[in-house]
Amino acid sequence: MTKRLLMILALFALVLAACQPAANGASAPASDEESAGASESQAAESIGPVVVDVTGPNVDAIIASGTLRCGVKFDVRAFGFNNPETGEIEGLDADLCRAIAQSMGIEPEFIEAVSANRIPFLQEDTVDVVISTMTVNEERKLEIDFSHVYFVAGQSLLVKDGSDIASIDDLAGKVVCSVEGSTSETNIREMAPEAELLLFKTYTEAGQALADGRCDTVSTDNTILFGLAEQFGGTGLVGGEFTEEPLGIGIKKDREDLVAYVDAVLEGLKENGGLKALYEKWIEPFTGEVPEPPF
Amino acid sequence: MFEPVFANFDFFVDGYVTTIVLFVSAFIGAVILGTLFAALRVWGTGPLRSIATAYVEFFRNTPLLVQLFFYATFLAQTGLTRNPVQAAIVGLAVYTGAFVTEVVRSGILSVDARQLESARSLGLSQLQALRYVVLPQAVRTVIPPLGNLSIALVKNTAVASAIAAPELLQQGGVIASRTFRLDPYVAVIIGYLSLTLTLAFITSRLERRLAFSR
Repeated sequence: MTKRLLMILALFALVLAACQPAANGASAPASDEESAGASESQAAESIGPVVVDVTGPNVDAIIASGTLRCGVKFDVRAFGFNNPETGEIEGLDADLCRAIAQSMGIEPEFIEAVSANRIPFLQEDTVDVVISTMTVNEERKLEIDFSHVYFVAGQSLLVKDGSDIASIDDLAGKVVCSVEGSTSETNIREMAPEAELLLFKTYTEAGQALADGRCDTVSTDNTILFGLAEQFGGTGLVGGEFTEEPLGIGIKKDREDLVAYVDAVLEGLKENGGLKALYEKWIEPFTGEVPEPPF
Repeated sequence: MFEPVFANFDFFVDGYVTTIVLFVSAFIGAVILGTLFAALRVWGTGPLRSIATAYVEFFRNTPLLVQLFFYATFLAQTGLTRNPVQAAIVGLAVYTGAFVTEVVRSGILSVDARQLESARSLGLSQLQALRYVVLPQAVRTVIPPLGNLSIALVKNTAVASAIAAPELLQQGGVIASRTFRLDPYVAVIIGYLSLTLTLAFITSRLERRLAFSR
């Protein structure tokens, strides 16, 4: 009797699992096949294709493969966000991927790259480019190459309404949530050594921990925190920006032609106003400002 | 090799100590829970016995990771604790306790029921008979599988990294993601081996010491 009941339960669970849309597993590629057409026209509307005159073995290989594999975040609004309603990957990072793929004349493929996965994904050739709110710094430059800086963010603090934290100086003895393998984590260790750090894999988990009361604040790039504040009500940013985080597109070492190609696309987007249009679309709603392209 | 490990050695030691704290606390908790519920399963009546059975079947048959996610959120939302290490200790103890229950129960059942009857007829009280006749023989049967469970528990402490407990795997992962190298993980493996091999050694010593004839 119990055995039969268990069998039924197991079957039920299987059916349920099959009905769910594909989960955002750590490296599950989002099947963009059906949505590619729609997103391409969307990107074309706001930017327009950039014609690039750069060739090389790595660029040719990607074009020949027919897809540009981009490592992006799936849970960061305004940069890389897997919208549960449309099933599309949205945001500045995602649209930059689309723009590069478009000028190559191929399809973009989105692969979730959480912070700790970004450099391994490039080194293991899981993705062609990483566009995943990635800060350019000297340590990382030893491992991979970067494109032009396409956006400058700054680290800030997200707290629940009514918190007694007002700035980075108030973190002694507090529990700070952040993400493993991010510059935010090392910054906090240096700037607030008295704080206790809890490290998660994704920003959503960190935001959930703040909502649950497992930590007193989440600290990372302000642009990421704006999205979290929208996701988790009753929270807000405090303390201004206490670091400068230049974001760049990561590319595996010794692929100069691909770096040149991506840089040329960014330059083209700067010239034709496409980059500004992307800032207006993704950044302005959160910060109220349209920044100048930083290169 | 291992420069990133030595450069952040205190970081690793912190993680190693946290792993030991997780293991020792959860193991003590699991043995207490396991003995209690095993007693209920063997000698309990009616609803008590059902509760013990439900405990074993529920916690043994759901993933540890899911249980830990649940405790981390539940304990924080109810204001009991927001410390991930404490949440992990609760989760690991309850989970492992379900396995310990079965091991202890089979240990008790391995002692012939007539031994208890004989002891009773010789004038020992029920408790005395358990204490001096049944338990010493049950312990002998229980030690090897309990040793296996302790080794499994050490390995399961790594799951606590998912709720941000700063144990060995998490600390190693932080160094690895900062240095982009593999050797921090090698150091993590060596750390776990140092614990599990020690436990295997202790178990086999205990087994030999308790191997008096029946």
